[in-house]
Amino acid sequence: MDEKFAAIGEAMPRLLDGLVVTIELTIFGAIAAFILAVILGLAAASPAKGFRIPARVVIEFFRGTSLVVQVFWLFFVLPLLGIDLHPMLVGVMALGLNYGAYSAEVVRGSIQAVPTGQWEATTALSLGPIQRMRRIIFPQAWALMIPSLSSLLVHLMKGTAIVGFITLADLTYQLEQVKRTAGTLFTYGVVGILSYFVFALVLMYFMNALEHQAKHKLGQGKSLWRILSPAPPASTPAGGAS
Amino acid sequence: MIGISAAFEWHWSAAAEVLPTLLTQFVKVTLLVTVLGTVIASILGLVIAMAIRVLPRPLSEAVKWIANVIRMTPIIIQLLFASYAFLSLDLITIGVIVYGIHYATYMSEVYRAGIDSVPKGQWEATTALSMSTLRTWTAIIIPQALRATIPALGNYAISMFKDTPYLLVIGVVDMVNAARIYGGDTYRYTEAFTLVGIIFLLASYPTSLLIGRLEKRLAYKT
Repeated sequence: MDEKFAAIGEAMPRLLDGLVVTIELTIFGAIAAFILAVILGLAAASPAKGFRIPARVVIEFFRGTSLVVQVFWLFFVLPLLGIDLHPMLVGVMALGLNYGAYSAEVVRGSIQAVPTGQWEATTALSLGPIQRMRRIIFPQAWALMIPSLSSLLVHLMKGTAIVGFITLADLTYQLEQVKRTAGTLFTYGVVGILSYFVFALVLMYFMNALEHQAKHKLGQGKSLWRILSPAPPASTPAGGAS
Repeated sequence: MIGISAAFEWHWSAAAEVLPTLLTQFVKVTLLVTVLGTVIASILGLVIAMAIRVLPRPLSEAVKWIANVIRMTPIIIQLLFASYAFLSLDLITIGVIVYGIHYATYMSEVYRAGIDSVPKGQWEATTALSMSTLRTWTAIIIPQALRATIPALGNYAISMFKDTPYLLVIGVVDMVNAARIYGGDTYRYTEAFTLVGIIFLLASYPTSLLIGRLEKRLAYKT
């Protein structure tokens, strides 16, 4: 057992390099997905057919064709068209398009789940469409969409493990390099599983914090600051015997 | 005009050449793993959900954490692990088992929500009628819990279908891997990967529409 730990310790720099690639793909992929999701989600929730139908086509297209197919299409077919993208950009684009399409459905559903009274109130206050979305509807929809976005974020993170096939040296790729010295079952079963699991937990806690903050802004629940600050010292009764 | 390389142009002859291989691997690997994986996942998922509910505290917590670890880590790592842990099994069998277990952890959450949605009065009634635990589950709880879960289970089956290309990490030649191999041999990636995408879309989109309709029909009218 000791030699296995020693082998992992020796390989730590390259494992950390791999972890950095995995983290970068997750973060940039998630940002790309979120931007796309908001654009597509707003368009899909729009009553205007000119916005809604193209958005639906794009969403169904990227949801219906598998992530791996999209990764390979961008990596192998685009260069034939004369477009040579860095593999990192291919990974971020594929993750962004695929999970952006999934998240767009969440954004659309959450916007439509905001109670009608809120929409009517914005009309009564004669707010413009942009102000209505930015100040009233989106903040409420945002609090509703975070739990679903959180599980999609974990999905996205798990999806990054495929990028070894497009020449990126992510954590899974580096584990494969380490497995001969540290033992395959230990490398994948303990080191690999634990690293990804801890990363997933960090992502979940981050999303939970976002949800608390979003709800606090709507006047529901304590602020994140209040939750994280230590409990106020209990007041001691005056004149207590010591 | 940008010079579009000749390899990008669509050749129907290449498409016709690769399509039979893709469809064969689609049926022999992609569909096979999806169907058998879904069967395992939907049974094991219910077992996990019931175990978490029925087992005493430390054990049920352990089951819950193991399920969380499996759910929140890449299926790619799990496939790699299983392919080295069970060297005597063939790769398709390993794929079926790993997809079955991975998706069982998702489906157990669906079943849990279904079980939780059964009104408390139903549990109390089984106690009042002094039903055995087995009969309580099989005759009262599961039939009511299952109704709401069927569409969600179907959606996970579609997810599993779209996740099957990960099988290529353990060297299984599924539809996507077949396209990759064909592209590597002939440099005709365009036809192979485009066809694979179309096949995925044609198979998954109508199925998800059907599940959406089923969901509307099964919803309790309130």
